[in-house]
Amino acid sequence: MRDAPSFRASAIFIAAVAVLIRLLTGLHSYSGAGNPPKYGDYEAQRHWMELTINLPVSDWYRNTTDNDLGYWGLDYPPLTAYQSYIHGVFMRKFDEQSVALHSSRGYESLHSKVLMRWTVVLSDLAIFFPAAIAFVAAYYRQRSHEERVWVLALILLQPALILIDHGHFQYNCLSLGLAIGAAAAVISRWEIVACVLFSLSLNHKQMSMYYAPAFFSHLLGISLRKKYPVLNVLKLGAAVLSTFALCWWPFLHSREAVLQVLSRLVPIHRGLFEDYVSNFWCVSNLLIKWKQLLPDRVLVQLAFVATLACILPSMLQQILRPSRRGFLLAMFNCSFAFYFFSYQVHEKSILLPVIPGTLLALDEPLVWRWLIPGALMSMFPLLVRDGLLLPYFALLLLFFLGFVPLRSFNPVAASSLLGGFVLHLAYLLLDPPARYPYLFEAFIATYTFAYFAAIFLYTNYRQWSRSRVLSSTQKRKKKV
Amino acid sequence: MGELLVMAAIATCVKILLLPSYHSTDFEVHRNWLAITHSLPVDRWYVDETSEWTLDYPPFFAWFERLLSAFAAVWDPRIVDLSAGKNYASASCLLFQRGSVMVADSVLYLGLWSYCKGMAPDKRKLVYAVVVFSPGLLIVDHIHFQYNGFLLGILLLSLAALKQGKDLLGGVIFAALVCFKHLFAVAGPVYFVYLLRHYCSGPRRLRNFFQLAISVLGVVVLAFGPFAYYGQVGSASFSSPFLCTSKLCFQIQQVLRRLFPFGRGLCHAYWAPNIWAMYNTADKALSILFKAAGFKVNSTTAAYTGGLVGEFSSYAVLPSITPLITFAMVLSSLVPWLYKIWRNPQPSRVVYYITYAYMCGFMFGWHVHEKASLHFVVPFSLIAVESMDNANDYLFLSTVCYYSLFPLLYEAPEYPIKVLVLLLYSTLLWDCFSNYFSVKVDGKGEDKSKASRHSRTALGRLKSSYLAGMILIEIYGQFGHRFLFPQRLEFLPLMLVSAYCSIGVFYIWVQWFRSGFSIHDWSTLPPPKDKKFGV
Repeated sequence: MRDAPSFRASAIFIAAVAVLIRLLTGLHSYSGAGNPPKYGDYEAQRHWMELTINLPVSDWYRNTTDNDLGYWGLDYPPLTAYQSYIHGVFMRKFDEQSVALHSSRGYESLHSKVLMRWTVVLSDLAIFFPAAIAFVAAYYRQRSHEERVWVLALILLQPALILIDHGHFQYNCLSLGLAIGAAAAVISRWEIVACVLFSLSLNHKQMSMYYAPAFFSHLLGISLRKKYPVLNVLKLGAAVLSTFALCWWPFLHSREAVLQVLSRLVPIHRGLFEDYVSNFWCVSNLLIKWKQLLPDRVLVQLAFVATLACILPSMLQQILRPSRRGFLLAMFNCSFAFYFFSYQVHEKSILLPVIPGTLLALDEPLVWRWLIPGALMSMFPLLVRDGLLLPYFALLLLFFLGFVPLRSFNPVAASSLLGGFVLHLAYLLLDPPARYPYLFEAFIATYTFAYFAAIFLYTNYRQWSRSRVLSSTQKRKKKV
Repeated sequence: MGELLVMAAIATCVKILLLPSYHSTDFEVHRNWLAITHSLPVDRWYVDETSEWTLDYPPFFAWFERLLSAFAAVWDPRIVDLSAGKNYASASCLLFQRGSVMVADSVLYLGLWSYCKGMAPDKRKLVYAVVVFSPGLLIVDHIHFQYNGFLLGILLLSLAALKQGKDLLGGVIFAALVCFKHLFAVAGPVYFVYLLRHYCSGPRRLRNFFQLAISVLGVVVLAFGPFAYYGQVGSASFSSPFLCTSKLCFQIQQVLRRLFPFGRGLCHAYWAPNIWAMYNTADKALSILFKAAGFKVNSTTAAYTGGLVGEFSSYAVLPSITPLITFAMVLSSLVPWLYKIWRNPQPSRVVYYITYAYMCGFMFGWHVHEKASLHFVVPFSLIAVESMDNANDYLFLSTVCYYSLFPLLYEAPEYPIKVLVLLLYSTLLWDCFSNYFSVKVDGKGEDKSKASRHSRTALGRLKSSYLAGMILIEIYGQFGHRFLFPQRLEFLPLMLVSAYCSIGVFYIWVQWFRSGFSIHDWSTLPPPKDKKFGV
């Protein structure tokens, strides 16, 4: 027979296919294409490159004559700024006009678009791909070759991330890749590396804080089981603080600078939610008009309390009985809880629960096959606005063809699919009534929310039930 | 059938993703043909010159465009407008045209399915994969823009019919194919000899012969008849028979003039990797050499190309080539095989005959496009897994020919895509072939370790180093040339690709040519199993 197939060779092949799909998606439109005066996320990223390579660090987050914060001011933590700087240098080398100060506002050309797309692909290759491979190698070590190749393919070819990063245009691959790397480190029991990587992820996009409770509770649970728990906690705390200090170094010279950056990261004035996102606030807003009932300040507190209530069970479970699979489930549950109840959540934030849901694909086979189509569907209106209708359908179809075998379509799945399909068609072909111009967005949000809620309840149950099984076997083992 | 549908669906998803990619002037050409066939009466189709992209495919293709234009007119009327539609490439036009190619590919899948009926399941799956995911079809049809998948599907249907012994059907389908795109006529001599010997033999030979002749004639009349008719109508007076025939002749003449533009040069603007690419390179090299040695060389810069404007090729040192020479060379290269077919026509070897015919046409033809390599690579895919030798040759030949298509896509966004597609395809095929043949060898109980080692290095050192050289050529063309000759000799990288690939294609062609003289076909016995080309 042939030599035993190597995971490395298969991983390279899958990575190549994944890069190809990303490049193909990159041929299509992006957020805000040809849409002055504000354009969209693509222009925002380009503008940040322009800012970071032309202005001194102290001015990056400050409102100055050269930096008008009203036009796509930086609102991610410093690591995004450093990454924009690196990409800006790359763009300046090959297309100087695209990042020239002031004059490049709204700059759009075929050449610069190709370069920008390549920066995302290169970022993916540098951070996300290695993290995914490391995770699969660590967590699924005992599984067969076919299974590991399959789950790696699922993680790398997962359509939601590809459409947002390489279609809409963002750099989620960096923060999510660092988070996956941190998860892989936790699995491998390299706790300090995990802390460093997760802190980096948090410093790239503050949304990674959705995972923070899971990391915190799991590492605390692990520390409590060690010989010197306090020492361990201090070690990890030091790792986190030093990483933060390193990232925030240019801003640490004054309290004012730090506050200035922080104020950009937490936009309270933007309200409980924007557009139509499939979370609790937006869907229940159809019945209870939150924004009209309560002022922003109260809503922030309400969101905080609700989120806390939902993440506490997961956190508790991990502090009491930390386990690898429990940790991943906690990542999923906590990020989903944040998605449901947090303040100012965007549709794109569904990516945060989708990642752990995909990482757990072999252990929790029911989750990913409902989660991923649901996540895609919840972003459908956004993607249509970006002109990404065709890649949406192509990638969704590829997902079903590649990963979901035909025989798994029971009546429930088939009818859900049909319902979703009908909603898609309605959104595309029918005109909403004048009184409710966002009727179909509301339908889509409600429909996907129902599935998300069901998945959330199921995974919370799984996190607790699985741990009980584990602890009883552990007790038996200890007796022996 | 199910696996074919899944593969076709996956391929279609990739094609959908390729929608906004670069498209060549062929896009506008076909859009113009939609406009011509929709907006003008039939007798103006081959006469109209509103646009430079005149109709130069035979009548059946014109009718195909007419059919498409009916849908186009409903979808977006501007597509079929002769004047307002000029260079129209909006999203709706793009969607329609690209979509029509994807839909027309269903003929390819039908032909594939028809040919593979009755094959062993794992062999069939492999053949499906080799054709459906062909990078060449992806690059030429779905990026550059053409309808080769559709036409090759018709060819596959004809081959399937011949393989199943339905000679009359195969012959008629082939005649129809030639009336779609006359380039396919290169295999005409092979079809003629094969059908004559295989179909028109035995007790019913006379009846069969007449059946075949009438059917083929019927197809031709169906295609060209309307133009003869329209040529007659509108003549000044019916009284003078001479006037009638000259009018009749005019339409047919016009069609023929469009179909065979021998005013164009020996080579296309970018040289197809055939013998003439090697000939041109030799001429250039010799002219440099002779000039350096002090000889007086023909000072006019040799004009090798000529896409639109008619130019005959003039060489600096070597004798010039005329269309007659190329015609004679194509025919003579076919002769050994024609003799083989005459002696022992075999339905199971039909694909070999046809592949060889198109290879000869590619090697020696006049004004051959590099895209014409698809005509022999795709039929070769059908027999790629018949034996390990075939598989090796297919892997080698397809990689070389698909690489030679790279210069068709010269824009930045498509560059990593085309490289990845070819690399992934070749790697996947190499892996699948190794798997397929090592299993087969195991089945015979031979030494397993030897088999796996053999299948891994089956490509051989010569071919492997040639392919490695190809990578070097690409690196040079993309990066090295800019440093060595900044802003100078821009044609050099393209010439290198063309000349280098022509060596590989020539190597394979020579092997096939030589097998035409192999002794195994002198008798009427069936050839032994696993023989290289079975001729």
